[in-house]
Amino acid sequence: MIRFSDKQLKIPKLMRPVYLVTAGMSKFDRAFPETRTEELCIDALTAASDFVGMTPAELKKYIHTCYYGHFADHFGDQLLGEAVIHDRLGLDPLGNIGVKTGGATGGSAMWEAVKAVASGYSDCALALGWERMDEVPTDEGNHLISCAADKDWETPLGHIYTGYYAVMAQRYWKVFGKEQDSFRKTMAEIAVKNRGYARMNPHAHGPMKITVEDVTNSPIVAYPLRVLDCCLMSVGSACGVVCDEKTAYEITDKPLRIYIAAGSHTLRVADRRDMTIPLLPNETPGQYDDIGKKFPGGDRYPGFSSFLAARVAAYYAYHMSGVVDPSEDLDVVELHDAFTISDIQTYEDIGIRPYGEGRDYIESGDAYVINPLTKKPGKLPSNPCGGLIGCMHAVGATGLMQIAEIGYHIWNRWDEIHEPEEKWKAFGREKPKDWTSLQVKGAKRGLAISHAGVGSHVTCTILMDPNKLIKED
Amino acid sequence: MPKTNEEKGFVDIINGRYKPNGKFHIIEANQPIFNKDTGKLAGVTNPRDMTYIHSYGGEAIFFESLGKGKLMATRCDNDKCEAKGSIFEPFRIFCPDCLRKATVVDITEKAQQMAKIHSFIITHRSGAFNTLPKPIKFINVEFDEEVVTILMSVLSVGEPEIGKRVVPIFRTKDPTYTIMDLMFVVEGTPESDLPEGFTY
Repeated sequence: MIRFSDKQLKIPKLMRPVYLVTAGMSKFDRAFPETRTEELCIDALTAASDFVGMTPAELKKYIHTCYYGHFADHFGDQLLGEAVIHDRLGLDPLGNIGVKTGGATGGSAMWEAVKAVASGYSDCALALGWERMDEVPTDEGNHLISCAADKDWETPLGHIYTGYYAVMAQRYWKVFGKEQDSFRKTMAEIAVKNRGYARMNPHAHGPMKITVEDVTNSPIVAYPLRVLDCCLMSVGSACGVVCDEKTAYEITDKPLRIYIAAGSHTLRVADRRDMTIPLLPNETPGQYDDIGKKFPGGDRYPGFSSFLAARVAAYYAYHMSGVVDPSEDLDVVELHDAFTISDIQTYEDIGIRPYGEGRDYIESGDAYVINPLTKKPGKLPSNPCGGLIGCMHAVGATGLMQIAEIGYHIWNRWDEIHEPEEKWKAFGREKPKDWTSLQVKGAKRGLAISHAGVGSHVTCTILMDPNKLIKED
Repeated sequence: MPKTNEEKGFVDIINGRYKPNGKFHIIEANQPIFNKDTGKLAGVTNPRDMTYIHSYGGEAIFFESLGKGKLMATRCDNDKCEAKGSIFEPFRIFCPDCLRKATVVDITEKAQQMAKIHSFIITHRSGAFNTLPKPIKFINVEFDEEVVTILMSVLSVGEPEIGKRVVPIFRTKDPTYTIMDLMFVVEGTPESDLPEGFTY
């Protein structure tokens, strides 16, 4: 599809307000050789029930349908893995379904849960995701991931997904980054920021105190991407519970309004045809007429340098929720930083910066909890949990972890999740002596982007304090 | 260790049905996994050797043509479709807009004369089952304005650079009937430098 019809551009409508009432997550790590997946999922659901002062049994009594995000059946060698987890969570005989949209699986599971509540089918729905990527040797794992590319046209070429993905990074690096050392440094700053933030997160799999030089000197994976530019491959689980208004206030006195939308684009980057840039509410017609002059080679849209699915998901979600300018209307974001360069691409796709100017979001200091230039709070902090680079990428759980993290900021309970000494000890991790709260002060609205691979699926979730809505129902 | 012919599985189609013959899986016992620190059982390995059977359907002509030195694509010829005249490479059986069956066209000459690198990446990593020599030079190939897509392939000879002219080569000797029968080399590469089994 290259031209959108009015019907396709219709702004999605939830038939009644939907609220996030709680969220939870397990510890994340590269491997759990002595832990079954169900144990991690139970940890996540138990954390969610603890968060609203209930026992798991009490919270489960509200749940009516379940949406499970688990991407890679072949990693776990278990078809119908959702049925296994559903049974172990003790949620039979409720209806449940598995959702699989690559890296966007967690966000997509939430998309389904929200629609179930909005439609009236359920008053309370569970979205829970997990991934198990540690139970095959790494090279076989790389092959299994490469099966998410086209099996006839791409997978035989090296059986390495990075190769299919990094060509996009290369194009962005050459056209928009102009191969500048300063752009390379900006990419590295993202890795330093996110791995550094992960140090304050006991759940995080990849915390590191590093410098720009550490990143730019780390081994090359696929130039210009180096090891420290890349996200983690993790194991773990996360969940969220959504409800209609009446049920939400039975569970908590502080539910958050949730809006969510999804977009898609071709599985093969090869199939992407040219189109006009769809504009977000903070952009104006003609704004990109000279983009090819400013950035020679950058006039092909979405080409290899933009993610149409992210733009479309943001387009729907912004119009649903009333967001006009994310930098002005939102307080915190969790983005899908699979790679430092794709993080920059996403800033543009979702309108934090115009196309071609994504790097400024980092360089201005706006993306930090505390702006390193002004020493004041950043305008729109991104990924205080550490993101996929520092916290985790347990595929089916990632989007749900991001939503949970945004929720913790708006609930003003981020410290309660990340600070307790006993949690650090229980996870077998040492709390840094310089542990610092990354609670975004006064956060009332936030956004999470859940993104699949080369951009085949993207969801955009927006959470708001119900007293700080932008748009009337 | 590559399998001998006696250890391989083969498939024919007879009377419209798959007829497998040969060996399709070799059974190997599982092994226990112990924690060396505690001495306790943690799990088991589950080794498995399987062969999938896969239909190319309407794309079969593309993969068969590679071994004959031809690069086939498809074109939408539907007068009522906005995409009419668009050539698709990767080959699409149906036009993605009108969903009418597209016309198979030979773009070998176009590729020889017009192909250039849109983007590329060099990686020293690969997954299990990879047969390409490393480092692997992935390239994305653009043709001309008629071809509305950008084909992913591998640069076999030469150094990749955005905008550089490349030429397709084909595994015409002992083709594998997979996308591995198509690669590219930089323009001007002598035939003697092509990898074993490949020709222009």
